[in-house]
Amino acid sequence: MLIKLPKSNHLTESDVTPEKIYTGRRIALKQMGFVGAAGLLASTVSSNASADFFGSEPEKFKTSSLTFTEDKINQALKKTPEQKVISHNNFYEFGTGKNDPSENAQQFKVNPWQLTISGEVESDVTLDYDDLTTAFALEERIYRMRCVEAWSMVIPWIGFPLAKLLAKAKPTSKAKYVAFETLYDPKQMPGQASRRLGGSVDYPYVEGLRIDEAMNPLTLMSVGLYGKTLPAQNGAPIRLVVPWKYGFKSIKSIVAIKLVEKMPPTTWNILASREYGFYANVNPEVDHPRWSQASERRITSGGLFARNRIETQMFNGYGEEVAHLYKNMNLRRNF
Amino acid sequence: MVAISAFFREKMSNKTKTIFLKLVIHLSSLLPLIWLYYHAFNDDLGADPVEAVIHFTGIGAFNLLLVTLVVSPLAKWAKQGWLLQVRRLLGLYSFAYAVFHLLNFVAFDLQFAWRLILSEIVKRPYITIGMGAFILLLLLSITSVNKIRRTMGKRWQKLHNMSYVALMLIAVHFYWSVKSEIIEPSIYIGLSLVLLAIRKNKIKRWFS
Repeated sequence: MLIKLPKSNHLTESDVTPEKIYTGRRIALKQMGFVGAAGLLASTVSSNASADFFGSEPEKFKTSSLTFTEDKINQALKKTPEQKVISHNNFYEFGTGKNDPSENAQQFKVNPWQLTISGEVESDVTLDYDDLTTAFALEERIYRMRCVEAWSMVIPWIGFPLAKLLAKAKPTSKAKYVAFETLYDPKQMPGQASRRLGGSVDYPYVEGLRIDEAMNPLTLMSVGLYGKTLPAQNGAPIRLVVPWKYGFKSIKSIVAIKLVEKMPPTTWNILASREYGFYANVNPEVDHPRWSQASERRITSGGLFARNRIETQMFNGYGEEVAHLYKNMNLRRNF
Repeated sequence: MVAISAFFREKMSNKTKTIFLKLVIHLSSLLPLIWLYYHAFNDDLGADPVEAVIHFTGIGAFNLLLVTLVVSPLAKWAKQGWLLQVRRLLGLYSFAYAVFHLLNFVAFDLQFAWRLILSEIVKRPYITIGMGAFILLLLLSITSVNKIRRTMGKRWQKLHNMSYVALMLIAVHFYWSVKSEIIEPSIYIGLSLVLLAIRKNKIKRWFS
C-alpha cells in the first residue's frame, strides 16, 4: 500500500500541545455562564474551585488500550493533540456544538453492540462488541482528516480495512454500492430526540460509498485512536474513516452495512444537495457554495496566533492511492 | 426585583441611575471579551479557539444590537425616559463586538490572506451581507458623536433608521452561516421581527 510522505507544510514539534484541554473547556464554558449572569466572578474562580462548586462530575466513558501494528510510514506527520481530537467533534446525535459530543456522550453504552453486514452478499455477517476488536488484525493508520468546514486534523486511527470485512461477507456481482447506518437510539442520543439539539437532521445518519471506494485499502473501519478504543464522541465502538473525502463521509457508531445495487441516500446530501454531494472528495478547486475549499486550518495548538492555514491538497493528499477511481469523471459535477 | 426597582425609583436621581447602569453595561460587555481573548490566546478555549472567538463575538454583537433596540420601547412602556441615555453606549458596544468579529475572521481564520478575504466577501452572499451590516454599524458609530449629530440635522435620524436594516442583515447573515442548525438563528430572526413590529407605525411612515 502506498501512503504519501508528509509535505513541507506539516507542522513542527512545537505545534503539539500538552493534553489538557477537554476538562478545561468544560469548566471554561461554565465560567462563561457566570460572566453572563453575574459579570464578575469568572476571572477570580480557579478551574478546580468552580468544578467543586458545580458538584462532582459523573462517570466518564471508558476506553481501553488496543494491540495493533504501528503505522511505520506516517509517524513523521505532526499529529493533532489527543485532547483536541476527542473534544472537537461533529456528531450531531450528541449536539451541534463542537464540544457537545464530548460532554453529552459520556454515558453512551456501546457494549453490547451489533454490526450487521447484509444485502447483496453471499453470507450475512454479524459482529458483536468483542468481535469488533478481535475479528481482524488491527493496524494503526495516521491519516489527515479534512472537514468540509475547512479545518483539518492528523489522527492516528486504529482499525482494519473495510475490504477485509466485506471479503468475509462476499459481495455478489450486484453489489455496486455500500450503504452505512448509524445507531438510532433517541434515548441515548439527545440530538435524535430533539430537532433543536440534533441540527434538524433526519436520523438515523446514513452514508454510502461506491464499492471500489469501499474496497480501496485506505478505507478503514476504525475502532480506536491514539492507542485506545474510540471515545464515544469519536464514534464508538466502530466508525468509518475515508481519508480522501470530507469528514462527514466517515460515519460514526455504525450498526448496519448493506451492499446495494443503487446509489444509496446520504444524510448531508438529503439536507442540502446543492452543498454536499455523494462523492464529497476533498477538492481544493470545487468550493462549497458558501466558502472556499482551497485552504484549511490545521488544528494543532498555539491558540489564536497559530499560523495554521495551509493549502488543501487534491484528494486530501491521497491522489496516488485513489485518483484512478475517478478517471474520466467530472469531479465538478460529481462533487 | 420589586425591592430593587423601588430602591431605584425612590433613592436615586435619574443621573445616578444612568451612571450605575452604564457601569453595568461597561463591565458586562468588556469582561467577557477580556475573558474570551485571555483563554483564546492561551489555547484554553476548546480545540479550535478561532471558531470559538468568531461565534462568541458574532452572537455578542447581535445580542447587544437587540438590547440597544429594546431600550426605547422599554423606556416608553416603563415611563423611564432616562433609559434612553444608555442607548448609544449599547450600540457602540455592539459595533465593538462586530469589529472583533470581523478581525477574528481576517486575522485568525483567514490569517491575512487578503485575496481570499476579498474574494470571500464578494463571492459568498452571507459574508457580503455581514459586511454590509458592518459598514452600516460603522457609519452609525462614527455619526454618534454629538458634534457630528448636530451638524447632520434631520439627516441624522434618517441614517440612524438604518439600524433596523443592519439588524435584519445580521439576522440573515446568522441564519445563512449555519450548516443545518437553523432553530437558534430562526429564533433570532423572530426576535428581530418583533422589534420591527413594535415600530411598525414609524416604518410605515417612511414609505408614505
